[in-house]
Amino acid sequence: MTSTPVPQPRNRLLALARQVLLGLGGLAITLLGLLLITFIIARVVPTDPVLSIVGERATQAQMEAIRVKLGLDLPLWQQFAIYVRDALRGDLGTSIRTGQSVAAEIARYFPATLELATLGTIFGTLVGVPAGVLAATRPGSLADQIVRVVGLMGYSMPVFWLGLIGLLVFYGQLDWVSGPGRLDPVYDMQMEFTLTSYTGMILIDSALNGAWDVFRNAVSHIVLPAGLLGYVSMAYISRMTRSFMMNELSQEYITTARVKGMPEWRVIWVHAMKNVAVPLITVIALSYAYLLEGSVLTETIFAWPGLGSYITDALFAADMPAVLGGTVVVGVVFVTLNMASDILYRLVDPRARA
Amino acid sequence: MSLLEVKNLRVTFDTETGRVEAVRGVSFSLGHERLGIVGESGSGKTMTGRSVLRLVRPPGRIEADAMTFDGQDILHASEREMRALRGKRIGMVMQDPKYSLNPVMTVGRQLTEGLRLRDGLGRADATAKAIAALEAVQIRDPARVMEAYPHELSGGMGQRVMIAMMLIPEPELLIADEPTSALDVTVQAEVLAILDGLVRDRGMGLIFISHDLRLVARFCDRVLVMHKGLVVEEIEAAHLMEAQHPYTRGLLNCLPRIGGPRAPLPVLDRAGF
Repeated sequence: MTSTPVPQPRNRLLALARQVLLGLGGLAITLLGLLLITFIIARVVPTDPVLSIVGERATQAQMEAIRVKLGLDLPLWQQFAIYVRDALRGDLGTSIRTGQSVAAEIARYFPATLELATLGTIFGTLVGVPAGVLAATRPGSLADQIVRVVGLMGYSMPVFWLGLIGLLVFYGQLDWVSGPGRLDPVYDMQMEFTLTSYTGMILIDSALNGAWDVFRNAVSHIVLPAGLLGYVSMAYISRMTRSFMMNELSQEYITTARVKGMPEWRVIWVHAMKNVAVPLITVIALSYAYLLEGSVLTETIFAWPGLGSYITDALFAADMPAVLGGTVVVGVVFVTLNMASDILYRLVDPRARA
Repeated sequence: MSLLEVKNLRVTFDTETGRVEAVRGVSFSLGHERLGIVGESGSGKTMTGRSVLRLVRPPGRIEADAMTFDGQDILHASEREMRALRGKRIGMVMQDPKYSLNPVMTVGRQLTEGLRLRDGLGRADATAKAIAALEAVQIRDPARVMEAYPHELSGGMGQRVMIAMMLIPEPELLIADEPTSALDVTVQAEVLAILDGLVRDRGMGLIFISHDLRLVARFCDRVLVMHKGLVVEEIEAAHLMEAQHPYTRGLLNCLPRIGGPRAPLPVLDRAGF
């Protein structure tokens, strides 16, 4: 008689917890590596941080004083330790352009990107997954062709062009949506001076304040850029869903489910979808991370004050602390999302938990 | 009256590279007995089995002069009517439990979903029935197996789970498509013994698809020998070793015998048929 020991649920939870801890360890190491790279870049680029602070007419003594104040007289490893310590405390240095804390500035810009990217990803997933499933279950049909062509347009047309056309049609001609920016100036003032800011994301903050006129205005502003980003991620997600779904539908366990007399919706949306979800999680997380880095072109066209335009502006002004601070934030976002998708992956796929 | 009646069954695939005729006119009838279908790979035996459930994937097409199950026309039955037959009155066990069980659902969920969805049983009742089914296929510690995922089971255990899953609704016909081919020899014997007992006790009809002549001869009442989509011989299992058709004889000659001559096994001569 065969009696292979069957692992108990308790062990599975423990194994999952262990893997989460390991993941966190890996996260820490990755971030340390990222900080090392930005640190080295800051030392290597030919911009003198002292000079950019004191100006060209400073005396030798003044320059020396600033050097000591910035800690540039210390050995490199010590400078790095201080850099890491500051970064962990949330101090990413001071912007040369504005003289303000980089962390504080990013905290103001990032929510705009977060809001846009999240909406875009939600839209891309809600449309992309059903579209991919529809195409996979009727390969070669009209629906499949339409999904393919619409998707192909999504990733072959330049985003800035689609954005401009979108603005021209829906804002300029039809006047269905509001133009560039996050809010009309009037509501901007209201947001700034009379409402409490909880998250920096206007949709959430205005809703929490019960300021529904601000909320409506914000929706009319975000709909077009979020729709655009959503379209691009939808193109990718629907394509991947189609191929994952077709692969799963050819598996033998699908026949088993049909032999059991399961209705077709259950075969597709429960039996196959549970398996499709495993690789799809990674795809959606990656496309979300890509949008979170701040889509520079979209943010530029829609005058969206997000992370992408922040880093670009800083780059053109040779504001290294701001550029590197932005880079660190992008890195943290990326690594965190990766880890989150790893954990989700394991929750969905029992084989990955072993 | 016979349980299953199949007349001139044909399964064709229209592919881009031309038409493939997997089954080219198979007729048989089945009572509450054990019918073996043997043949080489590609002889159409699996497609014959799946046609009975109408589970041939597109672009495959099923045609026949008649196909009835318990007097009901299953050739022209609607998909809805077929679903009512599948899982309730006709079951199928596939070759390899590694692929035929859903890898991301627990055994318990897969065993109980039919009971809960179709029969509307509560969680506790469905679980109790599923555990009883696991006990019937001699699984020890069924409560723990219910919590397990398929990859945590051995091949023999997986196949027992599969058999239990198909037997829960107490079907009148079970199609077993190479149910032991993926298992090692000792486990094979156990699984066959379980299958044998269940068929005997419950008086089910069984279609046993295999490429193993000896197994079929021992296990079944009657045997169809298939070749290139056609039935070349139908024979009582007890008389299989005295088969007359040159193809069947050819297959039998290719079997190694313990204590037999050590010369290379003869190659099937395909010229004669």
